[in-house]
Amino acid sequence: MSSIVSLPDQATARIPKRNYITNENGLMSWLLTGDHKRIAMLYLISITFFFFIGGALAGLIRLELLTPQSDLMASDTYNKIFTMHGVVMIFLFLVPSVPATLGNFLIPIMVGAKDLAFPKINLLSWYLYLVGGGMTLYAMINGGVDTGWTFTTPMSTHFSNTNVVTTGLAIFVAGFSSIFTGLNFIVTIHRMRAPGMTWFKLPLFCWAHYAASILMVLGTPVLAITLVLVVLERTIGIGVFDPTKGGDPILFQHLFWFYSHPAVYIMILPGMGVISEVISTFSRKRVFGYTAVAFSSVAIAVFGFFVWAHHMFIMGVSNYAVLVFSLLTMLVAVPSAIKIFNWAFTLYKGSITFETPMLYAFGFMGLFTIGGLTGVFLGSAGTDIHLTETYFIVAHFHFVMVGGMLMAFLSGVHFWWPKMTGRMYPEKISQLAAVVTFIGFNFTFFPQFLVGMLGMPRRYAAYPQEFQVLNVFSTAGASILGVGYLLPIIYLIWSLKYGEIAGNNPWQATGLEWQIQSPPLTENFTTIPIVTQDVYDYEWLERQKEHEVTHVG
Amino acid sequence: MGLSPVIWQFLVKWMVNFAIIPPEASKIAPQVDALLVFMTLVSLVGLVLVGLLITGFSIIYRRDKNPVATQIEGSTLLEATWTIIPLGLFLVMFVWGSVLYFRIYTPPPNAMNIYVVGKQWMWKAEHPGGQHEINSLHVPNDRPIQLTLISQDVFHSFSIPAFRVKREAIPGRYTTVWFEATTPGTYHLFCTQYCGTQHSGMIGEIVVQTPEEYKRWLAGSTSGISLAQNGERLFASLSCNACHNGQPDARGPSLADVYGSKLMLTSGSPVLVDEAYLRQAILNPSAHITQGYAPIMPTYQGQISEEGIISLVEYIKNLSSNYRVQQTLNTSTLLPEQPDKPSGKAAGAQGVTKP
Amino acid sequence: MSDSHAIAAHDPHAEGHAAHPPYQRHHFVSMEQQTETTSFGMWLFLLTEIMFFGGLFTAYLIYRNWYYPAFVAASHTLDIKLGAFNTLLLITSSFTMAMGVWCSETKRKAGLIWSLIATLILGLGFLGIKAVEYHEKYVKDHIPGHAFPGHAFSPQGFIHPDEEALKGGEKVLAPDMAAKTEVYFSLYFAMTGMHAVHMIIGIVLLCGMLIKALRGGYMDGHIAFVENFGLYWHFVDIVWIFLFPLLYLISRH
Repeated sequence: MSSIVSLPDQATARIPKRNYITNENGLMSWLLTGDHKRIAMLYLISITFFFFIGGALAGLIRLELLTPQSDLMASDTYNKIFTMHGVVMIFLFLVPSVPATLGNFLIPIMVGAKDLAFPKINLLSWYLYLVGGGMTLYAMINGGVDTGWTFTTPMSTHFSNTNVVTTGLAIFVAGFSSIFTGLNFIVTIHRMRAPGMTWFKLPLFCWAHYAASILMVLGTPVLAITLVLVVLERTIGIGVFDPTKGGDPILFQHLFWFYSHPAVYIMILPGMGVISEVISTFSRKRVFGYTAVAFSSVAIAVFGFFVWAHHMFIMGVSNYAVLVFSLLTMLVAVPSAIKIFNWAFTLYKGSITFETPMLYAFGFMGLFTIGGLTGVFLGSAGTDIHLTETYFIVAHFHFVMVGGMLMAFLSGVHFWWPKMTGRMYPEKISQLAAVVTFIGFNFTFFPQFLVGMLGMPRRYAAYPQEFQVLNVFSTAGASILGVGYLLPIIYLIWSLKYGEIAGNNPWQATGLEWQIQSPPLTENFTTIPIVTQDVYDYEWLERQKEHEVTHVG
Repeated sequence: MGLSPVIWQFLVKWMVNFAIIPPEASKIAPQVDALLVFMTLVSLVGLVLVGLLITGFSIIYRRDKNPVATQIEGSTLLEATWTIIPLGLFLVMFVWGSVLYFRIYTPPPNAMNIYVVGKQWMWKAEHPGGQHEINSLHVPNDRPIQLTLISQDVFHSFSIPAFRVKREAIPGRYTTVWFEATTPGTYHLFCTQYCGTQHSGMIGEIVVQTPEEYKRWLAGSTSGISLAQNGERLFASLSCNACHNGQPDARGPSLADVYGSKLMLTSGSPVLVDEAYLRQAILNPSAHITQGYAPIMPTYQGQISEEGIISLVEYIKNLSSNYRVQQTLNTSTLLPEQPDKPSGKAAGAQGVTKP
Repeated sequence: MSDSHAIAAHDPHAEGHAAHPPYQRHHFVSMEQQTETTSFGMWLFLLTEIMFFGGLFTAYLIYRNWYYPAFVAASHTLDIKLGAFNTLLLITSSFTMAMGVWCSETKRKAGLIWSLIATLILGLGFLGIKAVEYHEKYVKDHIPGHAFPGHAFSPQGFIHPDEEALKGGEKVLAPDMAAKTEVYFSLYFAMTGMHAVHMIIGIVLLCGMLIKALRGGYMDGHIAFVENFGLYWHFVDIVWIFLFPLLYLISRH
C-alpha cells in the first residue's frame, strides 16, 4: 500500500530549535501565554482529561446495563452517572474538542495571521473552561447531579436533591469559554486574513469553524440565561417555570433547546471541517464542490437555529408548530447530505492513500451517514412518537457525536500531530486503533437502535429481561471501543519522544500551515504571506516539487 | 401501501419474531411501521450508495493505480441531483410522518376517555366508571380510547411501544393521545421521560381485553361510584353550586352542556370548552372570564388534587341540565351492569385533599 | 515556471520599529487592522449580549400575554418617577460617555477626566435609585420566592389594595390572578438585576479607566479601550430604554 508520507532524512533531521514550544521556558510562560498554539495544547490536555472521566462514566453505565436489574449500583447513583456522563462529554469535551484545540492552533495559520484577534481573551477562554470543569468535578465529588444533562424543569428546580446549582453555574462559566472562542474565530476570519486570502481561498476547515462560531456566539448566551433562571428558581423560588405559580415548564424546554440544538451543530461542524482537509489531502485533490460545501456549512448553521422544537414533538406543543419544525428539520438534513456526497466524489479520480487520518475520515463518513439518516427517522413527526425517548435516540446521537465527531477529532489530531509536535505518530498501530475503534463503535451502538425500536426507554437503570441480549452486545462493544481510545493516548505520548521527525510537510499537503516549519514558530510566519494560489491547489504543489523552492519560516 | 397485504403481513411477522419491532397491537401501528420500513429502506439504499462510492473510488483510484489526481472543480448537475433527491425523499417522509402525527394526536369524537395521572413513580389510571388502576391500564379492543394525561409533579411520558404511541404527562396542563387496540394481550407500559430515582420502575402493563372481558373487569374493579358521581359530590362539598346553580341570576354561568361548546369571554374572543379549559377555569379562573360575569370566582389551586379535578371535569362533561343535579346525571351508561346493586351509597367524596 | 508562491519577502520591520505605534500588538500588521478588529469584536460581543437578554424578553412577552391584568397591577406598583429619573440619568451618562470618547479622540485630558467622572456619578446614581426601589419591593413583600425569611412573596396588596391604590384607579385582582404578579416580579428582578450586574461591571471598568486617565493615559492615541467601553455603556443604556417601558409603563394613563 503506497503512502504519501514524505519525511526528511531521519539521520540528519532535527526538530527546529526555535519553535513555539522552546520559545520560552517555565510553567508561567505556558500559563500566561497568548500564543494560540500553546493555548491549543493546554486545551488538548484538559479535554483529554475530561474525555477519560466521561469515558469512565460511560463504562460504568454499560456495566450496569449488562443485567436487567439495577444491581451494580443504586438507581440514584446510576442517574447521577448518566447525567455527569452527558454533562462532561458534551460541555467539557465535544463542544471545545476540535475548535479549542485544532481550531485555535490552525485558524490563524490558515488565514495567514500571526495569532488570533484577541490572544488574551483566548487565554481567558481556557481559564473559564478550567473553572467550569473544576466546578463540574466538584459537583461530581460532592454527590453528583441526577437531573439528566437536559436539566428538565420542574425536576431540576423542585424535585432533585443534588448539586444542580453548582453544575448549572459550571456550565454557565464553560459557556462563556465557548462564546469567547467563537468570537475570536469570527473576528480573526473576517479581519485578519493575509493579503490575497479571499473568502473563497479559505480552507473549508475555516468555513466550518466560522459557521460553528456563529452558533457559539448567538446560541450559547441563551443557555446562559436559561441556567441563571433555573438557578434562581431553585435557590430563591422565582416561579418562571413553576406551574403552581403560573410559570410554564415548557418555556424552559423552548429556551433550553434553542441553544442545545444549535449546540449539536457547534459540535459537528468543526469535525466536518477536519474531514474536508483530510479527504482532500489523501486524495491529492481539491474538495469536490468547494463552494457547495462552504455554503452548506453556513446553511447548517442558519437552519440549525430554527429546528429546536423537534426535541419537543410529544410534549404537547401545538400540532401546527410540529409541522413547521418537522419541515425545517428535513431541510437542515439536506446540507449534510450534500457534504457527504461531495466528500465521496472528492475521491473520484483522486489518488488515494489510507493513512490513519483517512481511515478515521472514512469511518466518519459511514457512521455519520447512519447517524444523520436516523435523525430523519426522528425528524418525521409520526415516527418520532414511537422512537423518541428510547435508545433509538441514544444510538442516533452517539452515531453522529462519537461515530462522527469523535472520529473527526481523532482524524484531525493525527493529521496535524506532526505539525503541532514536529513528530510523526507510529502509523501501523494507529491504523489498528482506528479499525478497532470502528468495530467497537458499531458493536456498542448499533444494537441500541434495535433495542430502542423495541421500545426500551433511555435513562433506565433496570429494564425488562427481553432487552438483555442486545445490551450485553452493546457492553461488549464498549470494552472494545475503550481499547480503541486508549491506544492513541499511549502511542501519541510515545511519539513525542520517539516519533520520527516530521519536517514541514509530511503529507505533502497544500495549505499555509504546511508551508511553515513543524512545530511552528511562535509568530507562525516571519513575514506575513501574500496568498496568490488557490486553496487545495495540488497542481501548484506538483509544480513546486519539480522546481525546488525555498520556504520562508 | 403498494405492497401486497400478504407480503406485508409476512414481513411484519418476521420482524416481530426476530425482535426488530414490537408487536403491532393497535390500528395505527402498521401505519407507523410502514413508514419505518420505508425509512429503513431509503437509509439502507443511501448507506449502501455512500459505502459503494467510498469503497469503489478507493479501490479504483488508489495511489498504486492512479498516481496523479485529476483536479475537478465540481459539477452543478451532481450537486443538484444530490440536493433534490434527498430533499424529495425527506419531504415525502415529512408529509407521511406529519399525517401520522396528526392521526395519533387527533382523537375521534367518539373515543372513550380515560384519565391518567403520572406521579413519581407510578401511573394512576381513572376510568369514567370510577375504576382506578395503578401501573396498569385495562382497555377494550376495537374501540377508540383517548387518554387524558397529567402529571402531579415532574415530566413523565406514557409510552406503549406495541401501540406506537407515547405522550408526555406534564404538570400544569392536560395532554391527550388516542389509540384503538386490535389484539387482546398484555403489552409494556413505560415511563420514558426521566423523572428521578425510580424512573425505570415506573413501568406497567396495558391489558387489552375483548369487550366481554372488559365489562367483567369493570364490574369487578369498580369502587361503586363513577368519576362523574364523585365529581358531583365534590361540586357540592366545594360549594361550586353556590354560584353555578343554573339560576338566571346566578353569580356564575350555568355549566349544563357547557362542555364542547364555544364560550364567549369578556375579552371578546370565543374559546372551546374542553377538559383543558375546565381545568384552567377551576385553577386560574381570572385568566378567562365568561362574558357577562364578574371575575369573582376563587381559585382552587392547592385545595384539590389532580384526581379531584378529573372528577369535577367528568361531572361537568356529563352535565346536561341543572334541574335536580343528581337525577340529571346519566350514570347508567358509565357504570357496569349491576343487577340488584344499590347505588349511590359510596362513603363521602373522593378527591378533596391537598395533593 | 510561474512565480505563484504563497510566501513573499516583505518585511515592514526592516524599516525599523518606528513603522507602528508602540501599543500596536505584534500579531496585527497595522494599527488600522488592530482598531477595526477590536471594534468588530466589541460589536460581536454586544450581539451576544442581545441574545443573552433575549431569553428574558421572550419569557416576558409570553407571560405578559397570559397574565396581562397581573402585569398591569404589578407594574403600577413601581414608582414611575424614580424610573423616569433613572432613565434620564442613564441617557445623560451615555452623553457624558460619548463626550469622554470625543475628548480622548481629540486629546483633551481634562475633558476626558470630567466626562468619566460624570458618567461614573450618573451610573452610581442609577444604581443607588435602583437600590431604593429594590428596598421598597422588599418592604412590600414583592420579592418573589423565599429569598428573605420573613419577607416571602405576598400578593395580598393586589387582592386587597389600600385606599390610595383604589383611588388611583387600581382594580382588585382575584387571588389567582394576583398570584401571577409573582411571575411579573420574577421577571422584573431577573431583567433589572441582570442589567444592574452589567452596570456594575461597567462601573468597575469605568473606575479603572478613570485612574488611568488621571495618570495621563489615553492621550497618545491608544484609545480603543475608551471607544469600545463607550459602545458597551451605550448598549447597557439601550437595554434600559427597553426595560423601562416594558416594566414601568404597562397601561399607565
